[in-house]
Amino acid sequence: MTRWGMVIDLDRCTACQACVVACQTENNVPPADEHDSARGRGISWIRLAPFREGEHGTRPGLHLVPILCMHCERPPCMKVCPTRATQIGGEGIVAQVYARCIGCRYCTTACPYTVRRFNWKKAEWVQPMQDGLSPDVSVRPRGVVEKCSFCHHRLQRARDKAVMEGRPLRDGDYQPACVESCPAEAMSFGDLDDPRSMVARLAAGPRAFRLLEELGTKPKVIYLSKGESGGDV
Amino acid sequence: METFDAHDDSRLLSPIATTGRRFYLFTGTLLAIGLWGAFAWWTQLRRGLSVTGLNIPVFWGLYITNFVFFIGISHAGTLISAILRLAHAEWRRSITRAAEVITVLVLFFGMGCVILDLGRPDRVLNVIRFGNFTSPLLWDVTSVATYLTASTIYLFLPLIPDIAILRDRFPSRRWLYRPLALGWTGTPRQRHLLERAIAVMAVIVIPIAVSVHTVVSWVFAMTVQPMWHSTIFGPYFVVGAIFSGIAAIIIAMAIIRKAYHLEQYLKPIHFNNLGLLLLVMSLLWFYFTFAEFLTTYYGGEPMHMVVFLSKTEGKFSPLFWTMVVSCFVIPFALLANGRTRTRIWGTVVASIFVEIGMWLERFLIVVPSLSYPRLPLTAPSYVPSWVEWSLFAAFVSMFILLYAVFTKFFPIVSIWEVREGREHSVSEVTERVLSYLPEGRDE
Repeated sequence: MTRWGMVIDLDRCTACQACVVACQTENNVPPADEHDSARGRGISWIRLAPFREGEHGTRPGLHLVPILCMHCERPPCMKVCPTRATQIGGEGIVAQVYARCIGCRYCTTACPYTVRRFNWKKAEWVQPMQDGLSPDVSVRPRGVVEKCSFCHHRLQRARDKAVMEGRPLRDGDYQPACVESCPAEAMSFGDLDDPRSMVARLAAGPRAFRLLEELGTKPKVIYLSKGESGGDV
Repeated sequence: METFDAHDDSRLLSPIATTGRRFYLFTGTLLAIGLWGAFAWWTQLRRGLSVTGLNIPVFWGLYITNFVFFIGISHAGTLISAILRLAHAEWRRSITRAAEVITVLVLFFGMGCVILDLGRPDRVLNVIRFGNFTSPLLWDVTSVATYLTASTIYLFLPLIPDIAILRDRFPSRRWLYRPLALGWTGTPRQRHLLERAIAVMAVIVIPIAVSVHTVVSWVFAMTVQPMWHSTIFGPYFVVGAIFSGIAAIIIAMAIIRKAYHLEQYLKPIHFNNLGLLLLVMSLLWFYFTFAEFLTTYYGGEPMHMVVFLSKTEGKFSPLFWTMVVSCFVIPFALLANGRTRTRIWGTVVASIFVEIGMWLERFLIVVPSLSYPRLPLTAPSYVPSWVEWSLFAAFVSMFILLYAVFTKFFPIVSIWEVREGREHSVSEVTERVLSYLPEGRDE
């Protein structure tokens, strides 16, 4: 069985935010206006979190780390959802059922990574952005929670293709938009269960670590860092 | 000054018989605040939760604070009344009704707060259609619904004999009282059944009440968030709930006493006794708070300490220390001192501070933990908006309004129970005390 996962190499990441923009366009994530941003309500499925360095005698500065839904093997958000609007699929992708979500925001508070976003108001796009909306991804209604889906619509396309070709899904069949867009090639995506896959090899390497591993959530987004600066993360 | 006859119930019936202009003025004001709240809610329905002050790490704010606060107040009635009944505390007779009504009414507003908080209130029934029993929120729905049912029955049962009195006394309202009196005539068999039913309900209601606030605490404690994920939360919330509940009874009693001239029924001794209970709860509250904070501080985990320090010396510290003063310092000073506790104003002032302090405690549980997420995230502080404050004011007003309306339809002091106290309990208590003592003589 495929188990989709992502590896982000922090030693390669330049914090250019191409992934953030790619995700925004790919997934019809509504752009935040000035007012929303000032009030801390902008929606983004992937963001750069500023980790402070120099606290333990290392060099001063900020380390920007891309944070997205970790697609935990044991997602704290899923347990607490009162309507089963958050579910983990057979391939390990944690999905949000927009049509069922009641907007109680229990999942957003329970997620230790704070990657879930809420639709505070009706999503709006100015022209010509309105015409550029992706037909593959539903626009979320006001009042529901959303988050990274590992570009699930791309997976569906890949699955259709695999079915047509009469073979099972495999590593490399699809990539989320953020991975595809990364100019530094810091992100990789694939099947963590396939020992020959790139992600599995990287995840088993000495530079690999997961965020807040101690909470037992078993994230499927894995980070790579040489230590020193990365160690603090 | 009109004369008072202890054997005459007319003082208890007079709020039902006559309604003065002041009542209409009072309820009219409350209704106006309620309507303002309706406008605020309409604004929120139109424009979504963007009209609140909530933001990305602080996904929960005033609505959830009020939810916990109102559900806490609901512990006033049923629990206190059930415990006093089972303990044969004879002084309970004139206060149980006033307490039980608080429970039933305030529960609606507690549940209402959750509806206000939903992004999609139109989909609330999904909780039943797609219910997920691993979610503490569903445990909450279940236990609050059970509690509401049980405490409504528990309020209604002791009302039956009084409704029968009203049925016979107010023929113009027979349409209301006759069906509700369930044919009560006061036969020995009816009395026996009623007493049994009340006793059974009093026992059933206690574990339900305890479960309700335990489950409310678990909504927080079951997550892994700093200063929420605590084993002490269940009992801590129950203690806080009873604490704010007793304070609510005291305030309600003082208002009823003054408005309906019930000085002979709600005496300083009642306030004194409730004041003693409040004092015990204040000490327990302090003990739990101290235990909770010391454990966090001593462990010193960085993630927990961020939240801890934001409360004790950071941006939430003014609220935190106000809470400590209102929940402990002032009530303790007023209630441990016999001179102030035996005065009604003493217990009432203590109770008002307890309500303020307990509301702050709920706020300080909900907001600071969310304000400091584990991973760095830049966001402005949470400042509740006018919509949130208006809805809070409206809920409090509507609760008081419904309470006031209740007193116009049903006696707020149980007529038959006070009567029974005079007719039976005096001799019963004498017998009971005698039974504790050595009897007869050795030959």
